[in-house]
Amino acid sequence: MSRTTLDLWVGVFVALGIGALIFLAVKVGSFSDVSSRGSTYVLEATFEDVGGLKVRAPVKSAGVLVGRVGSIQLDPKIFRAVVRLNINKEFTFPTDTSASILTSGVLGEQYVGLGAGYKTEVLKDGNVLESTQPAVVLEKLIGQFLTNKTEAPASAPAPVPAQ
Amino acid sequence: MNALAATLRRLGAMTIDGVWRLGFAARFSLAVLRYSGQSFLRLPLTIREIYFSGVLSLLIIVVSGLFVGLVLGLQGYDILRRFGSSDALGIMVALSLLRELGPVVAALLFASRAGSAVTAEIGLMKTTEQLQAMDMMAVNPLARVVAPRFWGGVISMPLLAAMFSAMGIFGGWLIGVVAIGVDDGAFWSQMRAAVDFRYDVLNGVIKSFVFGVAVSWIAVFEGYDCQPTAEGVSRAITRTVVYSALAILALDFVLTSFMFRGI
Repeated sequence: MSRTTLDLWVGVFVALGIGALIFLAVKVGSFSDVSSRGSTYVLEATFEDVGGLKVRAPVKSAGVLVGRVGSIQLDPKIFRAVVRLNINKEFTFPTDTSASILTSGVLGEQYVGLGAGYKTEVLKDGNVLESTQPAVVLEKLIGQFLTNKTEAPASAPAPVPAQ
Repeated sequence: MNALAATLRRLGAMTIDGVWRLGFAARFSLAVLRYSGQSFLRLPLTIREIYFSGVLSLLIIVVSGLFVGLVLGLQGYDILRRFGSSDALGIMVALSLLRELGPVVAALLFASRAGSAVTAEIGLMKTTEQLQAMDMMAVNPLARVVAPRFWGGVISMPLLAAMFSAMGIFGGWLIGVVAIGVDDGAFWSQMRAAVDFRYDVLNGVIKSFVFGVAVSWIAVFEGYDCQPTAEGVSRAITRTVVYSALAILALDFVLTSFMFRGI
């Protein structure tokens, strides 16, 4: 086989390979522009219960991805979970922003939802979110439901004592 | 007593042989790396090897990738439908291909298609004393024959794995969207939301690169080290395929346990 045909085939091969890589990068995957260190800042939030929240879970505001969960630790003094959120520098939030742990769908993954407040000052790197809402734990919810059910007949008809 | 001594002696001989071979393989790879610079100065040699191990493996890689994707599409749809989440078919196909099946199956195919050919070629060169003839002419066979084949394999492997994954995702799309009727938008958007470039795509590429190094190294070493007889060459080819497959699967476990711990 002559040199030029060989070069041509190898060129086609390499171009196809790089094309496949670009396809995987652009069409299949997405650059998580919020995961690199330089372009994010950290917010902290303490939760009573993080439920099944995982590191790298999405942080969303109004349903839009704005960052990812950096780490989850237990504060040994107050026994609350300290969650560090890596937020994309593009997004700033008012100081009275609240964080809650939500679930996408019934069986979906858990994520942190940020509800923006109304103040004009914005949160900076290392700030702590004051108002948080813990994850809804299904077992607790069922337990509540059951206690309500059992209490309800006892209180509602209120057996009227005869005279 | 005599039988025991004989058995022990055989065990000792096997151990010494194994250690000697391992040491030889390590020194061999260092020598190949040292003479790689010389072979890169004559780039056409490496390009020729990329043609033989990469371009000629294209057909088997593309066709197997397509079929693996088709099967993943069918199986994935059947499983996900039970949980009412057939929209997640794209995620399942893409992640299983990018993280595991793409690099591993492409490497296994590459080892049996290209690795065995490299071993056969070098082994036959050794058997017909071409390597010695080169040495006599002051041409270093490591730089002229071995290093280009090694680097040709190392360069081809990640590209082949990427093509395998891309074709597999296309196959999954064909079954899921075109044949079964999963929503096209949900297929791609869920896939894009779940697949991270660094975590999934790049780790897959790193895996395929490591497999490429392992397979090429085993292939050139077994060829260079074979007994210079017809039987020796055939044994070397068998060893290449077996060792490559074992190395790929073992390395895959090690790499996976480092990359995807799920924390």
